[in-house]
Amino acid sequence: MIYLDNAATTPVSDEVLKVMQPYFSEKFGNPSSIYALGRDAKDAVNTARETVAKLLGASASEIIFTSGATESNNLALKGVCQSAANIIMATPHIIVSSVEHHCVLDSAKYLNKSYGVDVTYLPVNYEGLVDPQDVADAIRENTAIISVIFGNNETGSIEPIAEIGKVVQDARNLRQKAGNKLPLVFHTDAVQAFQYLDIDVDKLGVDMLSLTAHKFYGPKGVGLLYVRKGTKFSPQQQGGAQERNLRAGTENVPYIVGMATAMRVAAEHRAEARNRITKLRDYLTERMKEIPDADLIGPSDPTKRSPHIASFLFKRIEGESILINLDLLGIAASSGSACTSGSLEPSHVTKAMGYGDMEAHGATRFSLGKMNSKTDIDELMKHLPGIVEKLRAMSPIK
Amino acid sequence: MADLYSEKVMDHFTNPRNVGEMKDANGVGTTGNPTCGDIMKMYLKVGVNSDGKEYIEDVKFQTFGCGAAVATSSMVTEMVKGKTLEEAEKISNAAVAEALGGLPPIKMHCSNLAANALHEAIKDYRAKKK
Repeated sequence: MIYLDNAATTPVSDEVLKVMQPYFSEKFGNPSSIYALGRDAKDAVNTARETVAKLLGASASEIIFTSGATESNNLALKGVCQSAANIIMATPHIIVSSVEHHCVLDSAKYLNKSYGVDVTYLPVNYEGLVDPQDVADAIRENTAIISVIFGNNETGSIEPIAEIGKVVQDARNLRQKAGNKLPLVFHTDAVQAFQYLDIDVDKLGVDMLSLTAHKFYGPKGVGLLYVRKGTKFSPQQQGGAQERNLRAGTENVPYIVGMATAMRVAAEHRAEARNRITKLRDYLTERMKEIPDADLIGPSDPTKRSPHIASFLFKRIEGESILINLDLLGIAASSGSACTSGSLEPSHVTKAMGYGDMEAHGATRFSLGKMNSKTDIDELMKHLPGIVEKLRAMSPIK
Repeated sequence: MADLYSEKVMDHFTNPRNVGEMKDANGVGTTGNPTCGDIMKMYLKVGVNSDGKEYIEDVKFQTFGCGAAVATSSMVTEMVKGKTLEEAEKISNAAVAEALGGLPPIKMHCSNLAANALHEAIKDYRAKKK
């Protein structure tokens, strides 16, 4: 099989699996227990916390382990909104980009429907990029949180997080001068970014950052939320003092240990992986020019693209048809098309970038990882032109 | 391995019957919805059989859409070829899905429109005849 869907998930690496293994049956203690077995588990979680904090330029007390980025993003938006509502004794306003992952967009929608939270959806340009000035313009007196995805999962566009961080800091300074007590929190979903981009929470100017382990050879079902010291948010889960009372529930010890190792390994190999995968992506993009009307979407500036993601719009045909044909050949890729995602609407990301419904349905994403080499791209390109040609011959759209 | 579609759907998707444009069609119908991402175009050549009844002498389709959209289009062409217009008019989307051994629930609404395209083509033929 040729796996070109590394933005969806990645396999757990041997190294990660090995460090996780003892914590299932052997060192199985509950970190909250007082005896040695429990203390060992607590040590493992604390060590993992130290490791991941250091990799983000944060301190250990600023890390909350979660079940993944979906929980982290829900927690960030809902937790900050609830806390903000208690501070201003009124309904807050939030800002999210229009190209967020569904877990951010749906949390925003939920907050709006259930609590009347006002939501501003930041537009993006045709390359999928947010303009920091739009963020500045959208901030209101009662804005509680701004959430902008770091690396887009569908297009690979890298948003100007550090620049937005500066804009937010300026707004925060003005707010303080005006005596407005409401904190202004800046959150980013860095799920697709961590593996290939240097991440330092201070340099980025973010107060919250979400990650999930399975995008960089860690296990599924574990993630984290970085929360800058002093950031006010209300826990969304009650029932225990874990994670400094911020996220109740027995720690997922083996997975937390696995995540820390996956992050350490990813960071250690980051520069080398970025270099290799970028070259591979550029090779794919170059070869794709062999197919007429297959347009690369996202930023034209390669430095504004995630190394591992390349999405193309195959005009006049639909994404799922391409994917099934590839699957029959043992090639795994993904699409932003309605049919595969379980909803009927075409991708909100491509639509936000200004593409029409029909065009958006032809979006197909190839995402690379450490298992891929040039021969995989060659194999893909051996078949893809024929698939596209066959589907176009079948299409009523000229 | 878990399957996305039934064997029959996959068969029609990978080897679609009666696909293409028909230059001498005397009835053409299009249906679909760009939001859902399915557009189907049906071409008919209607003739008169030995009983003096109008029947579908030949049929072709072109489809933009997912696996289900292509398979239902292909299936409906197979179901109506040689049938009288009266018989063809009675074929429903549900009957097409059933003939394919079922479709995933999410596909029933959007991608299962091939019979509509057929009915549009018959309507077009009748309107042209007048």
